[in-house]
Amino acid sequence: MTTFDDRIDAAVALPEAAIEDEAGAPITRVVPVRQPGDGLLGRFLPPIIMLAVFIGIWYLYSTLAFEQAFQRRNALPYPHEVIQDGFLPLWDSRQGTREILGYMWPTVKVTLLGLAISIVVGVLIAVVMNMSKYSERAIFPYAVVAQTVPVLAITPLLTQVFGDRLAVRLAVVFLIAVFPIITNTLFGLQSTDRLHHDLFTLNKASRWTRLWKLELPTAIPALMTGIRIASGLAVIGAIVADFFFNQGDKGIGYFIRVTQQKAANRPDMLAGTITASLFGVVMFLIVGAITARAIRDWHDSAHSS
Amino acid sequence: MTSVDEQRWLASIGGETRLRFDGLSMIFPDGTHALDDISFSVAPGEFTTVVGPSGCGKSTLLRIASGLESGYTGVCDVNRDTIGYVFQDATLLPWRTVQRNVELNAELHGIDKAERKRRAEQAIELVNLAGHEDKYPKQLSGGMKMRCSLARSLVLNPGVFLFDEPFGALDEITREFLNDELLRLFSLERFAALFITHSIAEAVFLSTRVLVMSARPGRIVGDYQVPFGSERPHDLRFEPEFAELCGQINDDMKDAHA
Repeated sequence: MTTFDDRIDAAVALPEAAIEDEAGAPITRVVPVRQPGDGLLGRFLPPIIMLAVFIGIWYLYSTLAFEQAFQRRNALPYPHEVIQDGFLPLWDSRQGTREILGYMWPTVKVTLLGLAISIVVGVLIAVVMNMSKYSERAIFPYAVVAQTVPVLAITPLLTQVFGDRLAVRLAVVFLIAVFPIITNTLFGLQSTDRLHHDLFTLNKASRWTRLWKLELPTAIPALMTGIRIASGLAVIGAIVADFFFNQGDKGIGYFIRVTQQKAANRPDMLAGTITASLFGVVMFLIVGAITARAIRDWHDSAHSS
Repeated sequence: MTSVDEQRWLASIGGETRLRFDGLSMIFPDGTHALDDISFSVAPGEFTTVVGPSGCGKSTLLRIASGLESGYTGVCDVNRDTIGYVFQDATLLPWRTVQRNVELNAELHGIDKAERKRRAEQAIELVNLAGHEDKYPKQLSGGMKMRCSLARSLVLNPGVFLFDEPFGALDEITREFLNDELLRLFSLERFAALFITHSIAEAVFLSTRVLVMSARPGRIVGDYQVPFGSERPHDLRFEPEFAELCGQINDDMKDAHA
């Protein structure tokens, strides 16, 4: 019979001794360190359960609303109705997914173009603001105004200035998306290490060299964070623009607005809404992937995205 | 002026001295009296170290020598044509590989691509980083980062080399190892070196001359010629003469603190 002390001795013995029993056969194996929840199941099961719960609540709401309402008019269509009447048939140009994608395309164009303009102009503005305290003070309040002014309130003004086709939609996207680009880039430019600045001073670097070889590279991770926030906002901006400026190419916002007017078209409306939301998610994922690719070699945070 | 200083002064008239302070004082605009009446000079092939307690103004002295700090009174005469400066931190650019980090100083000085590539390869070889050219700083250990930082300065063949506690953040073993390496580089390049540290052993091991600085305002309160030759084996640190000199400097530091 082993005493308590024997067991203590065994427990503190050398590892080689601990992994063999009396007959010399290994009784424990070295197991690679794994965090719980690293497996496929641990990764995908939680969001799938979440989705199931969400769809369950949706069914519940649709059912209750149907029983309470005198008419079906105010009810939310069931999820299967959205798929049957909204997304199917998949490839019909007058109805279903293909029609929705047709309306998505102008929105995608406005989003990407508006985001590109926001990035270029936003970075330029941040660089100018970084030049001196005075330029920062001069510009910053107006950058904040661009962010906080309700876009709908200045809709007539925007139409006056930009006409009512592509340019005005781009202006809406720009107004919404440029602020996070400016603030993040400026923060990135200003967080340059003091000793790095000394290093460039010692090497008699010019202002442009300093900007190009030190400050802008330093700002890249912050800029990418800004672009990621802006990409979601740009999608919102493009859809809002679709809602209120419907001359020219009609976007998904127009489709959503029109289909929500008749109860019979509500499944189409929801299909459009879901497609537009998926586009926002896709934008977010793409920018995240580009960020990870761009800075994975050198930035500490690169593995987190 | 002591006779040793006089000899140095004469040497400097012959164009030999690359770094000279004379009656240098520094009072910051906020009233902090950092340095008081500092006078010494460093010739090529001399490795002068200033030891002193934290916050005594050693780093300020170095920043003045490099030209990063101004507003002092007195004379600061430094040949800044090619200056090497090694910071407390490796200050590598994280988005550049070892190779491109080592090329940086040459690049900023407008040296053409082929030439700076050649020099960088040489410098990388010299600090024993060959084979790591394509790594990024985040893949390097603290000691390797510091070697990379040294190589970056070596690329310009500096006549004056300033070191601002470069190995202070490293562990003891890595630090001693890099001390050996630095001595080897010094024996090859014979620059004029001004080194700042608060480690007495490091000061004695590396230097031809050790200056002791008092707490703020920083004054030179001790001046030691280090009697060991240019061949300094790793084990020198355990010789009685080495310990004795360290002890004397330590006493000076204590007096300066009191």
